[in-house]
Amino acid sequence: MNTFSDSASTAFALITSLDPMLASIVLRSLAVSACACAIASSAGLLLGGWLAVSRFPGRAGVLALLNTALALPSVVVGLVVYLLLSRTGPLGFLGWLFSFKAMVLAQSLLVLPVVMALVRQTIEDADRSHGEQFASLGAGRIARSLLLLWDERYALLTVLIAAFGRAISEVGAVMIVGGNIDGFTRVMTTSIALETSKGDLPLALALGLVLLAVVLLLNVLIALVRRWREQLDDSAPHPPRQLAIEGARS
Amino acid sequence: MTAVFDLDAVNVSFGRVQALSACTLRVDAGERVALVGSNGSGKSTLLRTLHGLVRPASGRLAHDKHLRQAMLFQRPYMLRSSVLNNVALGAWLAGVKWAAAKGEALRALERVGLADLAGRNARALSGGQQQRVALARAWVLKPQVLLLDEPTASLDPTAKREIERLMAEFADAGMTLVFSSHNLGQVKRLASRVIYLEHGHVVADRLTHDFFNGPLPSAAANFLKGELV
Repeated sequence: MNTFSDSASTAFALITSLDPMLASIVLRSLAVSACACAIASSAGLLLGGWLAVSRFPGRAGVLALLNTALALPSVVVGLVVYLLLSRTGPLGFLGWLFSFKAMVLAQSLLVLPVVMALVRQTIEDADRSHGEQFASLGAGRIARSLLLLWDERYALLTVLIAAFGRAISEVGAVMIVGGNIDGFTRVMTTSIALETSKGDLPLALALGLVLLAVVLLLNVLIALVRRWREQLDDSAPHPPRQLAIEGARS
Repeated sequence: MTAVFDLDAVNVSFGRVQALSACTLRVDAGERVALVGSNGSGKSTLLRTLHGLVRPASGRLAHDKHLRQAMLFQRPYMLRSSVLNNVALGAWLAGVKWAAAKGEALRALERVGLADLAGRNARALSGGQQQRVALARAWVLKPQVLLLDEPTASLDPTAKREIERLMAEFADAGMTLVFSSHNLGQVKRLASRVIYLEHGHVVADRLTHDFFNGPLPSAAANFLKGELV
């Protein structure tokens, strides 16, 4: 079983027969990433929205750090969470290391800067464009931020889908803090790495195909949301060109 | 007359750009003041300063702290929501509970003749209808002063007439109007007083009849001549 075509046909057989081991790994992956995205999105939407409208000394530094965090390697996040959760770490008392919760925490921290940075940019652009009109109605910074979050919900949906894509496709953090324990913390990406190293290419390939399908589905969703937004915007009338100034003769 | 705004040597700058320069004027309750001048003369900045959206760098801006005022923009922004919600938002932000705000919003929409469109997506309305929704959103605040920044600049003649009619009705009901416009016909029809601005400075401040018929400083006279050609 060492040719690509043999591996591929076995992988398809595993997928179509809904192989229990494959299914459990896929479901666990989806659950970890969905939980992480829910946590990171809740915090990221609020923090990003607040950062977009707030002005304070050192804000430029915070934004630079945030943008740097976008390129944070997942293994570094894994290492930090490992140190935090290890028995001698500050959060060691939780006993979360090598558990589902540890993987959710690691992916949440990995995705949080992505959500925050993209939300901050989206809301800040919107605030620059029409935040003044909300302010003229008496909306303070926080109210303005919440209103803009609501109004930019379709754009932010794309951010959340992209964040989920980042979470489900990462391997370094969950490998370190989850330990890739069979039936417990094994997810798609860690399984692919393990099965490939063991030479069990069909399972690795099957998982790879499922992972690709999930990412493809996310991209299709992003495209659909974008098209939906464009249709909504197209349904709004475009203002006519400014008409010639009516003179005092009128 | 009671002054609703009293500006004394107000300066506003954005970086190196001096948007208002030693701007001195007074607006009394019940007046209909038109701000005219070429693009970049400071009309919008003056309106935004009066509304508290821009803070003067220096000078004195006095107004009644309890003054209820609202502002209308050239291109009103509509939330991705219904017409009713867009209007109710104004009342809700003013502290009215959401259910009551919706009731007030419906009355405001009736006032501007758009009650039958309350459930429609506000973004799907025409420019003129959106401006009327914005007027309803302002009206729901029960303002004593309404500031309008070129409210009919991008509207067709029919929509323009409708907005002018509503502005006149609001003024007749005792509301103080301060509006900017490039449309001198509109200024003649609506204003009781005209202020001509140039480079952020008040160059001429006359009753409407005197502005169009009396002697003016050369800058204002040239502007009027150019506009009337």
